[in-house]
Amino acid sequence: MSAITRDEVAHLARLSRLALSDEELDHYATQLDVIIGAVARVAEVAAEDVPPSSHALPLTNVFRQDQARPGLTPEQALSGAPAVEDDRFRVPRILGEEA
Amino acid sequence: MPYDEALERFEPVLGLETHVELGTASKMFCGCPTAFGAAPNTQVCPVCLALPGSLPTANAQAIESTIKIGLALNCSIASWCRFARKNYFYPDMPKNYQISQYDEPLCFDGHLDIEVEGRTIRVGIERVHLEEDTGKSTHVGGATGRIHGADHSIVDYNRAGIPLVEIVTKPIEGTDRMAPEVAKAYVTELRELVRALGVSDVRMEEGSMRSDVNVSLMPRGSAEWGTRTETKNVNSLRSVERAVRFEIERQAAVLADGGRIVQETRHFHEDTGATTSGRSKEEAQDYRYFPEPDLVPIAPAAEWVESLRAELPELPSVRRKRLQNEWGVSDLDMAAMHNIDAIGLVEATIAAGAPPADARKWWMGELARRANESGTALADLPITPDQVARVTAMVAGGALNDKLARQVLEGVLAGEGTPDDVVSARGLQIVNDEGELSSIIDQVILDNADAADKVRSGKVAAAGALVGGVMKASRGKADAGRARQLILEKLGVTE
Repeated sequence: MSAITRDEVAHLARLSRLALSDEELDHYATQLDVIIGAVARVAEVAAEDVPPSSHALPLTNVFRQDQARPGLTPEQALSGAPAVEDDRFRVPRILGEEA
Repeated sequence: MPYDEALERFEPVLGLETHVELGTASKMFCGCPTAFGAAPNTQVCPVCLALPGSLPTANAQAIESTIKIGLALNCSIASWCRFARKNYFYPDMPKNYQISQYDEPLCFDGHLDIEVEGRTIRVGIERVHLEEDTGKSTHVGGATGRIHGADHSIVDYNRAGIPLVEIVTKPIEGTDRMAPEVAKAYVTELRELVRALGVSDVRMEEGSMRSDVNVSLMPRGSAEWGTRTETKNVNSLRSVERAVRFEIERQAAVLADGGRIVQETRHFHEDTGATTSGRSKEEAQDYRYFPEPDLVPIAPAAEWVESLRAELPELPSVRRKRLQNEWGVSDLDMAAMHNIDAIGLVEATIAAGAPPADARKWWMGELARRANESGTALADLPITPDQVARVTAMVAGGALNDKLARQVLEGVLAGEGTPDDVVSARGLQIVNDEGELSSIIDQVILDNADAADKVRSGKVAAAGALVGGVMKASRGKADAGRARQLILEKLGVTE
């Protein structure tokens, strides 16, 4: 029994806006199944007295003061953009969604 | 389906999610400035552009502001909570996720009392959480900037990362036919509350406050809620009201036809007042929320929360109650002032020395009428509370009567300067010189011999015509009461 189904992988691909072929779906479903299995082994080790944790360090309340400082120039900001128009990042049209 | 018929057959349930952009100097997770209207991509840095290796740090001021909003909404404040990643692939967020909060909001379980048509309604607050705003996309090549038919989109990330507070109500039941008014009153009260806290400029027209309106209908007598729709980013108070009304009518028609409501987001169109279908909503699990690993948890200590509570200003509803008592006005009068945003103006006019009744009379009478005529908000009229107070003082001192005062207000609104400037430039002074008044009266009596005779023969009511003549001859500047006294004296009549 797989930990993740091929349909679930196809659904994730759609959410990630990835166009995967049937062969790729088979390929990744198998790989992801192995990864999930590996992670599941960690869960077996965790005893009930070990609470789930999201952060490695026992830190809370790390804040910065509300002070503005200059960031990048528009030229710097846009220098890595694949396409630029009117000082904005130009992206392909987005299908199936309303802004 | 017509509204009345829809309400006969169905009962609406409302829910409102309101986003408020905080007025911090810098963004939520980086130091970029937050000025509105800056040139595109001039307020960005590696953090808010999601460049590799950059890491967020939370803005302390934004957290304090969110806790203040929560406290003002009678919420409990979490003693420990985390940020969460909301994963979605859309170019308005360069990270491909938005830092938000999921099952651990900073504030939860509160309420806000609102007044609608003399009734107090308690709106439950489910949660208040903190997240980051998205960038602004413009769709190019389609009709009117909309995405359908667009060729491509261009994105400005100045807004991406500005702290955004989301305030979510519990389902609001039992509003019945007042649902549109309740929705509007809630957003109005929330806006005043946030403004009083000084944490946001809450300008709906600039998008620093925007509401998503959830509406569902259930058949009368049913206890089971219907499927809801979510109308996104409704950005004026009036639109909130219209969107609710439209959805009630639309959903009622679909249901009455045997159709079913699809759970979806919808878009409100200011020009037509209609909503149209957007994308069908992604399931919460599709966002694959998980705790944000780049930010440590927030654990507001009780002392910190209490010190923020101590900083809360007098809240708008409390302030209104206090002023109503001080001024001695009825609920109805107070509601009328509230409706046209006159309370602050009246208060400032009183503070400038005007008696409460006079301050209220001018703002709610002549000035409200002029604002209405010119289609501007009362506060945007080019006259200050100090100037209105000055006019009331001139009336009280006998230098002006109400008619002249109206002319003075008209002059100030027309940009002719201060009330004193208008009085001297237009020569608007009551004639207090008894000699001058007396000679005007003599002339009027001569010119109106018939009326004068009637008065002499005891028909005191005929004196009205003579007083009118005096007012006309003095171009409104005579004191009508004094003129009447003098006329009767001169004609040898007592009342």
